[in-house]
Amino acid sequence: MNSEDTGAEQRLVVPGDQIDAPPGSQPGSGVLLRGESLVATKLGRVQVSGDTIHIVPTNTTYMPRSGDLVIGYVEAVMNNLWFLDVNGPFNALLPMSLAPWKVEFGAARQYMDFGDAVMARVMEVDETHSVVATMKGVGLRKIKEGFIEEIPPHLLSLVIGSNGRTLQRIKESSDCRIVVAQNGRILIDGDSEGMATARKAIDIIVNTGHAPGLHDRLTSVIGGDV
Amino acid sequence: MGGYGDVQLLREDGKRLDGRAVDEMREVEIKAGFLPAAEGSAWVKHGLNVAVAAVYGPMEAHPRKIQRQDRAVIDVRYNMAPFSTSDRIRPGFNRRSREISKVTAEALESVVLVERYPRSKIRVEIEILAAEAGTRCVGITAASVALADAGIPMKDLLVGVASGKIDGIVVLDLDKAEDNYGQADLPMGIMPNTGEIAFLQMDGDLSPEEYDLATEYNFKAAHEIHELMKQALLDSASGGDV
Repeated sequence: MNSEDTGAEQRLVVPGDQIDAPPGSQPGSGVLLRGESLVATKLGRVQVSGDTIHIVPTNTTYMPRSGDLVIGYVEAVMNNLWFLDVNGPFNALLPMSLAPWKVEFGAARQYMDFGDAVMARVMEVDETHSVVATMKGVGLRKIKEGFIEEIPPHLLSLVIGSNGRTLQRIKESSDCRIVVAQNGRILIDGDSEGMATARKAIDIIVNTGHAPGLHDRLTSVIGGDV
Repeated sequence: MGGYGDVQLLREDGKRLDGRAVDEMREVEIKAGFLPAAEGSAWVKHGLNVAVAAVYGPMEAHPRKIQRQDRAVIDVRYNMAPFSTSDRIRPGFNRRSREISKVTAEALESVVLVERYPRSKIRVEIEILAAEAGTRCVGITAASVALADAGIPMKDLLVGVASGKIDGIVVLDLDKAEDNYGQADLPMGIMPNTGEIAFLQMDGDLSPEEYDLATEYNFKAAHEIHELMKQALLDSASGGDV
């Protein structure tokens, strides 16, 4: 049984803690196999998915993976490429050949300058964590309006909810366009009242999402029911 | 580590000047998640020592010459505040702080899964706000809690503890007088779950038997401090509970 289904408070562990697991359990993310036993490598909650044991960390850094949708900020502009801050350890490189415009050499800054926000997709990550991003694709663009909320990336699944239901509720109640990027940044675009409602709901999820009763707490802010 | 003079460090009843038994540690308090601006942080009070550690990263390692293609580097900056001792300390890096920064970084590299973050840097800032002997150990403990609080993957927590020798007797956790006038000091960085030693220095002389006893004291203290570290991290992690 998956631990998410039980509704029980998941056990907190610290690095080095041995995890009590049935024999044959496999180490998932945040878990190390030491001899026969499973050991936590991160501070977080134990989550059982089938026969795999994961740690859902209480704090983590975004590590880009190929195919991730990300919201980045332009941090440096060269003649033929941009460097994007994608909330990871390394900046992503966006070459002008992967931009949605026909950019001439040396004119990159006319299209995007420092501080501009972009919706991009991670195209390639090599083993040394060099990241190449692309803006060629549906919905990938320069962001001109809306608010970008930043949350710890490991809490994104709580914002999205099971089958996207929580996100759908927030979208419907706030009447905002909301795009959740995998690097922990969320684009909220709508009228100011709706954006405030959406931000409040996200705030509740981030601060109290791991505790039971989230559904009721959200209902008190955004109303409605699933 | 003077080891000279006529300073009597053990009382006639066998207790130490501050009333502790030979295998008794000073009081320890630990808080995790102490600094909201850092990705991970810790506050540790050990006797009269007070240390704050903050962790930033993983981030791109700069300058590029320090990058390792197969792992992260840990950049530790240990610093004693000018007001941390009775004599004002000149601000900035000095020979001692460079040495402690280096050995602390090497000790932490043994517990952090550095191979998960190639070409990156994890920055650890240790600030000693009050000093009373054993600050490098307190710094290691604080850094270890701060790393765990930042979500950096580690194979175990690392505990800094020290034993030493005063008046020919091995004692646990030297205070300032014992450190200044004692005969030996044996600081260690211990991984309590695996029983490995990630850091060891020795100042003064210890016989093999004395070394074994000092190590035994250190391990005993490491397990006690480890429980406090765990509790601090669990308190910090469950702080958002409704």
